[in-house]
Amino acid sequence: MFVVLEIGASSIKAKSVDAISSLIKNDLLTLEALVREMELYLTSTDHIIRGRGTLLLAEVLNCLLEKPLDSHTISILVEFFTAKLEDWQVLWGVLVGCLALLKRTKKFGMVDNSDARTLAKSFLINVQVQSLAVRDRKLCLEVLQCLLDAYTDAVVVLLSSCDIWDNFFITGDDLVYGICEAIDEEKDPRCLMLNFHLVEILGHLYPDPSGPMASFAQDIFDILSRYYPIYFTHPKDDGLDIKREDLSKGLMNAFSSSPFFEPFVVPLLLEKLSSSLLSAKLDSLKYLNSCLYHYGGKRMVKHSRVIWSNLKDVIFNFSPERPLLTDELDVDMKSEVNQIRMEALNCLETALSCFDFSEQDSFLCLIIDDPDIGTKLESLTSITSYSGTSAEIQRDLSAIGGIFTSIAKVSIYCCNKVFLKFFPCLMDVLGVSRNHSSQFCITNHKTVHGGMNFGALFLSVELLSSSRELSLVSNIAAEFIAESKSWFFMLKSFSMDLCHVLGSVLRTSNTSMVASEKEGVLCAVKGLQSLSTFPSSCSPISEGCYEDVLEILMSIITGRSDETYLWNLSLKALVQIGLWIESASGHDSARGICYNKVVEKILSMLQTNDSMVSLSLKLVAISEIANVGQYVLSIIRALEDAIISSLVACIQGGLKSSDSLVGLLECYTSRVLPRCCTSGSFDDVAVQFSINIWNQLENVSVFNTDVTMQVMITMKLLVAGCTVENQSLILKKAHCVILSMDFLKTQPFQSIHGIIALSCRDKWIASLFGSVVIALRSQTPLTDMKGILNLFLILLPEGNLPAAQALASMVNKCPSSINEPEISARLSLDQACEDILKLCLWTLESNSHLKQYNFLDRDICSQRSIVLGMAWVGKGLLMRGHEKVTEIAMFLMKCLVSDSNEDITLQQQKENGKGVGMDANSSLATSAADAFHVLLNDSEDCLNKKIALYRALGHIISDTPLAAVLAESKKVDIRNFIIPALLDTLAISGSETSHKKIVYSLLLVLSGILMDDNGKVTILENIHTVIECLIKLISYPDLMIRFPSCELSIGIQKRSLTPTSVRKVCAELSQIVRETAIQCLVAMSVLPHARIFPFRPRVLKAVATALDDRKRAVRQEAVRCRQAWFELTFYTFFVVWFDPSNY
Amino acid sequence: MTLGMINANPVVHAKRERIIRSEDIHSDDALDALDVFDSVRDIKDPEHPYSLEQLSVLSEESIAVDEKLGRIKITFTPTVKHCSMATVIGLCLRVKLMQCFPPHFKVDITVSPGSLANEEAVNKQLNDKERVSAALENPSLRQLVDECLYSNELYSY
Repeated sequence: MFVVLEIGASSIKAKSVDAISSLIKNDLLTLEALVREMELYLTSTDHIIRGRGTLLLAEVLNCLLEKPLDSHTISILVEFFTAKLEDWQVLWGVLVGCLALLKRTKKFGMVDNSDARTLAKSFLINVQVQSLAVRDRKLCLEVLQCLLDAYTDAVVVLLSSCDIWDNFFITGDDLVYGICEAIDEEKDPRCLMLNFHLVEILGHLYPDPSGPMASFAQDIFDILSRYYPIYFTHPKDDGLDIKREDLSKGLMNAFSSSPFFEPFVVPLLLEKLSSSLLSAKLDSLKYLNSCLYHYGGKRMVKHSRVIWSNLKDVIFNFSPERPLLTDELDVDMKSEVNQIRMEALNCLETALSCFDFSEQDSFLCLIIDDPDIGTKLESLTSITSYSGTSAEIQRDLSAIGGIFTSIAKVSIYCCNKVFLKFFPCLMDVLGVSRNHSSQFCITNHKTVHGGMNFGALFLSVELLSSSRELSLVSNIAAEFIAESKSWFFMLKSFSMDLCHVLGSVLRTSNTSMVASEKEGVLCAVKGLQSLSTFPSSCSPISEGCYEDVLEILMSIITGRSDETYLWNLSLKALVQIGLWIESASGHDSARGICYNKVVEKILSMLQTNDSMVSLSLKLVAISEIANVGQYVLSIIRALEDAIISSLVACIQGGLKSSDSLVGLLECYTSRVLPRCCTSGSFDDVAVQFSINIWNQLENVSVFNTDVTMQVMITMKLLVAGCTVENQSLILKKAHCVILSMDFLKTQPFQSIHGIIALSCRDKWIASLFGSVVIALRSQTPLTDMKGILNLFLILLPEGNLPAAQALASMVNKCPSSINEPEISARLSLDQACEDILKLCLWTLESNSHLKQYNFLDRDICSQRSIVLGMAWVGKGLLMRGHEKVTEIAMFLMKCLVSDSNEDITLQQQKENGKGVGMDANSSLATSAADAFHVLLNDSEDCLNKKIALYRALGHIISDTPLAAVLAESKKVDIRNFIIPALLDTLAISGSETSHKKIVYSLLLVLSGILMDDNGKVTILENIHTVIECLIKLISYPDLMIRFPSCELSIGIQKRSLTPTSVRKVCAELSQIVRETAIQCLVAMSVLPHARIFPFRPRVLKAVATALDDRKRAVRQEAVRCRQAWFELTFYTFFVVWFDPSNY
Repeated sequence: MTLGMINANPVVHAKRERIIRSEDIHSDDALDALDVFDSVRDIKDPEHPYSLEQLSVLSEESIAVDEKLGRIKITFTPTVKHCSMATVIGLCLRVKLMQCFPPHFKVDITVSPGSLANEEAVNKQLNDKERVSAALENPSLRQLVDECLYSNELYSY
């Protein structure tokens, strides 16, 4: 029964394997039964059939990895496959089977050790890996890997300790030799990856110096060294998904797996390190690093001299020319050159740290006593001016800096050594003397004015910062601090004066700095920062000195804001120092208190109105300092005070201060407030501040300015972040203020109607209140909802956008059912909607009672405001999926088509005297179109709601008289809206079977547009979409519900294309949809050839399928359509094109 | 080459009344002989301003359709035994059917047995795909066919 299955294509094979394995999984077939059934195929003398049989069994086993099997079955299977390893003709299947068995986990029953041992032996004896094809080689290597990984005990430990008379005896030598044979001469990258891994495992398995790995190390190295350095040029899309880096890493792991490779690998690496190929250099360094780490210092120490000289060459040749400004110059940090440098320095570090004490010492001496470094350092420190130095000198500088840093980072001992050797002479060059008095003055004018020696400055700052890093990672004992030969002692003795020298560098810099001077400044700031951020237990500087540092930086912040570069650096340094204090010692320590003064000083800048620092810079400084979490609250207080005083000044008429208010608010909302959110104190801050703002508004009676926007944004942010309780508090306060509005003093809420003149203050308060309402959470109860609703309804026609948005937000959040009916102040959603919709009441009767509500009686301005407001309200409803949105959409649509409507003409006559007639209407239509934009322009989140809206739109379009739609589509802006909307609606409804009626109506509208001359222009603009849409509708699926005859009114008949449609009111709707779609396509065939010709093949193909439609009428239409489009041959195309009568 | 008409004075029959199909919404409208007949009955005779139906070249009975097997078989009867227009009529029929029915239908067009002198040759020619498409590439022949097919078919657009 399997022969047939096996002969088939690979997909059939896979399916049959799946079928059999699922039978076994579900216990409908046992493995034994399967094997018994397959006996013929497994033992046939025809090797092809035998091979297929074995493979089938193996693949079935592969699918059963998670099927529990008993040990007996597994044992029998392993025995079978082990025996079959001899049978080279069926090797593929056998290997797959072995692998499937070896991959099994303990949970589902795995191969036992003795079986694994037998298998390994049989494998080593019978399989000649090298001679196999790639596919089989890969499988072989996987089997080996599996054996070594999962059956280590069986293969290695047991084998070596086995009884010598044991039949299964294999030595480790046999195993390693077998693997050597298997991996030799490999070319395929997948197999290579496995090879490298195998060697890696072997390396870990046999660490014994008398073991097989030690004896075979040279052989394995000979096999592997051919691949180094990895040269891999496979195309990227070869489907193997192996990159050069993977191979390189694999080989590196293999090399570093066993220290027995050392005598062979290290010379090779050092040789390749001097290669001119960058990638080989980089690889060598990486390998060397890994080998240093894994082989250990003992083995590597004999190479130390060569390693150092090689590393030295690399570091000096590959260092960047601008050691400090590299970040700013935006050098690609990942460039190969840079990587090489980093790797070389890493290597240096690894070498130092892997040697034990005496080796380390000798290696260190090798480095720091290196005459090259000495001479280079001498030349570097003797240069007086760095402004025009050559690239080589700069490179040397950064190289030596890098070496110093690497050494100092390794250990305290190394750090001591390098400090003792170099620091005093660097200090000498800088003119810093030991044990200087703490007097803050510059002693050596020559050093400063003649240009600070940048080389010495740079190197000492590098040493400083690396020693700081060291002090962070290693515990520094107290006795060490007192020791006179430690780096710490030395640093401490110089620190005071060094600090002052660094300060003087900053002091003397000026606004126009060249790059080298910039570097000097950067170094100095970095030095100061490092000095003041040592752990408190081992800080080299005294409190007084620390204060001096802060003072130096602060003097730059307050006094030298014109030097942007220096100013920014200082600010950053200050922030870093602040963060350090916060994390290390807390701000009640002596240093913390010292730093508090800094913050106070910065905050006091806000109050004083000095012209030294501009407000924007002050705000930058404040927002940066707010990074230090402890000061956020005090910063916020200060900012709030400033904002309130500025706000009051602003409101009372000082237009001058509105700029500063905007700046303050912006800083407050976007930079400081977010920090507050993370620290968790947001609520208190927000409530207090917003109530404070409302208090101010309540007390001030004159309003003179318009910074509403920014205040509103702030208010929204404040309210939105609060909890429900706090929101209620703010709302209560705001409501009180609302009640004090000017126009409410003369008349109460309920009696207000018509147009009211709002004072500036009222507008302010109303907008701000709107922003509060917008930001409320949906759980926050709105007290006096009715009153608020009324208020916004009054404000809406005045063109108050916040009012409209607040209304939208209200209907959006309003609970759909009210649980406590006794609270009459809360309106139900329906009632709220009803109230709102009164605004769009569209009547002609001049009923005096209704007059205030009649949309048509309003002037054009408030009409437009209402339209826009309705769009927002509609959006609010749309987001919650409320059905009332259709009414609003209907209203907007009415406005859109208003000029072709009769009632409007009446109104026009009324307004003829004023001469606004047509203009007014078209602008109303324009704003209605804009309104649709507001309504529809939404994120994809509410797409489902959008479908509902499209449905509504569909209803509207199809219920509007065609003449109106057509007339509308003449206008460019409306046209741009209607057709795409119509097509979108068609596309969306088309995919839903329940929307057939709309689809049909829309299709009729489309056909109407097609019949109209102006309509054709519109269609041509969207021809691609139209045709795609129609083609989709040709295969419109059949309908299950019958279409009631009465629903297709005569109004629709008028605009349908053919009378046949009329006859078929009772017929299947989907059939008519198909038919009409085809008819539309026929109608489109008369459009200009040049535009439609490209679609001919698509249309013909689609229509050809309709020839086979199950309905005769559709078929007939298809024939006609096909004919019409068929005639559009190239021939006619060219005739039309070149016929002179066409021009 | 013949000068003048082959059959100058054919017998003209009355047109049969068009049957209006009853609409059944829920079942499929299977393709039947009448469908095929409806699509070809109005083809104009190459010589006369009469339709093939009027000249009794075709009738509903001469058409057999098997929708399941996808076969259409048309047998037509030329007006005279030596009619050289038989191939043109056959070609017209084939073109028309190609246009009106899905490509998976196999169309067999034959002259009714005994109605034509070179019956066998004509049958062979009409059902030879390559010869048909070669004929359709001939502009004058194509024009003749198009005239027959569209002369009295008017689009309402």
